[in-house]
Amino acid sequence: MSTPYAKLPAWADYGLIPLINLSVAFIVAGFVVLLVGENPFRAAVILVEGAFGKGTGIAFTLFYATTFIFTGLSVAVAAHCGLFNIGTEGQAYIAGLGIAIVCLSFDSVLPWWLTFPLAIVAAAVVGALWALIPAYLQARRGSHIVITTIMFNFIAASIMVYLLVGPLKPAASQAPQTRNFFAGAELPKLNWIIELFGAKIRSAPLNVTFLLALVMAFLVWLLIWRTKLGYEMRTYGHSPKAARYAGISETRIIITAMMISGALAGMMALNPVMGDQHNVAIDFVSGAGFVGIAVALMGRLHPVGIVLAAILFGMLYQGGAELAFEMPAISRDMIVIIQGLVILFAGALEHMFRPYIQALFASFSPRSVGMEAVKGKGA
Amino acid sequence: MDLLNAVVQVLDSTIRLSVPLLLACLAGLYSERAGIFDIGLEGKMLVGAFAGAAAASVFHSAFLGLGMAILISVAFALIHGFASITHRGNQIVSGVAINFIAAGSTIILGQAWFQQGGRTPALQPGERFESITADVISNFLATYSFSSADLLASLRGLILYLPALLFDALARIPGFGPVFAELILGHSILVYFAFAMVPFTWWVLFRTRFGLRLRAVGENPAAVDTAGISVAWLRYRALICTGILTGVAGAYLSMVQNGGFVKDMTAGKGYIALAALIFAKWKPVNAMFACLLFGFLDAAAIRLQGSPLPIIGKVPVQFMQALPYILTVILLAGFIGKAIPPRAGGVPYVKER
Repeated sequence: MSTPYAKLPAWADYGLIPLINLSVAFIVAGFVVLLVGENPFRAAVILVEGAFGKGTGIAFTLFYATTFIFTGLSVAVAAHCGLFNIGTEGQAYIAGLGIAIVCLSFDSVLPWWLTFPLAIVAAAVVGALWALIPAYLQARRGSHIVITTIMFNFIAASIMVYLLVGPLKPAASQAPQTRNFFAGAELPKLNWIIELFGAKIRSAPLNVTFLLALVMAFLVWLLIWRTKLGYEMRTYGHSPKAARYAGISETRIIITAMMISGALAGMMALNPVMGDQHNVAIDFVSGAGFVGIAVALMGRLHPVGIVLAAILFGMLYQGGAELAFEMPAISRDMIVIIQGLVILFAGALEHMFRPYIQALFASFSPRSVGMEAVKGKGA
Repeated sequence: MDLLNAVVQVLDSTIRLSVPLLLACLAGLYSERAGIFDIGLEGKMLVGAFAGAAAASVFHSAFLGLGMAILISVAFALIHGFASITHRGNQIVSGVAINFIAAGSTIILGQAWFQQGGRTPALQPGERFESITADVISNFLATYSFSSADLLASLRGLILYLPALLFDALARIPGFGPVFAELILGHSILVYFAFAMVPFTWWVLFRTRFGLRLRAVGENPAAVDTAGISVAWLRYRALICTGILTGVAGAYLSMVQNGGFVKDMTAGKGYIALAALIFAKWKPVNAMFACLLFGFLDAAAIRLQGSPLPIIGKVPVQFMQALPYILTVILLAGFIGKAIPPRAGGVPYVKER
């Protein structure tokens, strides 16, 4: 089936349209702020200042961004293969179990730079395994990946609650979480990088996982656009039929893509668990998996876009916390609305403004939207 | 007698807990049968619950609350339609968006309007739907008298008189009566509405022209289009049905079960309803049994909290809570029967040009 939409120049496709969609999402969010009885422009200023005004703010913004880079990449890798991995949340949550096992076993014996690689592997493996079952069921038994991954989110949550109120909880404690890790499982902070630029930082959880996230973003780019596997994934995502004709194994490509996606989701858990809280607590993912959907859509599934979108959402999270202080009527849940609006306008309604922009382009220069080719054929 | 009492209590709470699932599940049935995947059931229930409780407490009327719940829920259903029918967007993405907008806006607006940490004020009597207990019925029978002064109210009472007489008699039978009064009576009107919707939905889907077309548009929209029927309008109507039912489901949560809106009060019920819909293989009567089963699991989990079962021993509450999801995954995997979704589900319809 051909898409009913004509072509636009690349810069409009990858720059202008996402920008318009994003602006509309924020304008609608502005109306919600108005509805609550606050000034949206002042809210925006507080938000941006809170996120980038001080060194601490920047560090927090990047800390949140780290989490969202992982989940965004996770959603994007699956999406390139035509799979909607809604289970990022559960894969990250259950990966906390792998990290807990590694950290609780080695944190008093090994230094952080030995615990960290082990934890990365554990998180990635557990996350990948949690994605393996839905992937297998999609590939071999034809069950819809969206439904199974939703179900697996809930199953993961049940397992983690069971473990955290039972076996993993220290006997003397009341709080549903593991014991605090020792220094061997605490990741070093990266705040000195921001301090290099002269900013002052009180205390912020930005840590080495941020660098890991950037490395992963690069590796995902390499995977999707520079390897055979990535090419096969994109082929399958574009047209499963074409992929079958090309001799690509459906089962293998679905399972591989989902496991990579799950591994990336799992690594997300490193950031809050080892970088910030130093324990595994109930609901430590707190929706970051779903933010990943918004980030991936906004970044148009490209790692560079995802890193930028993740920073934007990090800004919303950090700035939103500041905003809640200044305007009590606007709690952090405002971010959830913005997130929903971004998903709506940049995702589900991404083609809404396209026809108008096309008409606009066509009236300025017919060549840019491929009109000339049609004319040429006719003549 | 103690055991019987316990069983009746568990069954009673099974009914109470399965009602929101059933309403949401039937809601999903309309849209998915018409070829629109809807994972936004959760969000629509949530806005319905909020709008219902908010309107009921502001206007002091349960029925105004219900109306507002339906209205707002339908509006959200139409947003889903606008994105996925008119603009042919990804239906799952749109559903996810609706869930987020619902979760965020109910808290923000609730806090801004009522300043109770995202809650709505506790509903007073008259602002929520009361239970129709055996006492209410015998009271009604005792006080009812025909008067020509208020003819309309009297006539309305007359219609209710015979069923009331019957129920009252049933509730007085020794042995059976108390069980009947506990299980069947003593619920609010929305409960009866929910269960009445099961045969009604079956009738609409399988015995009316609208239902035939609705199912056709979910299987083969091109054929419906060829017959000169608008695919888009049909799907919009299916989504309006979805919105109405999720609105009632939300109103049930905030105006019957809870007496006020609490943030995130749907707590995944929309997703369980979705699971039930698959479990029921997209059929209305099966949907009722699936919802009763999932409701029973929930009721049993609450009842058994910590206490051991005779043979199996102590079952973790979390396992009972996860069981609906596990069962659905097993079903989807084709190990118990096969769940085949409507063929055109999730695919936006593009008229050939």
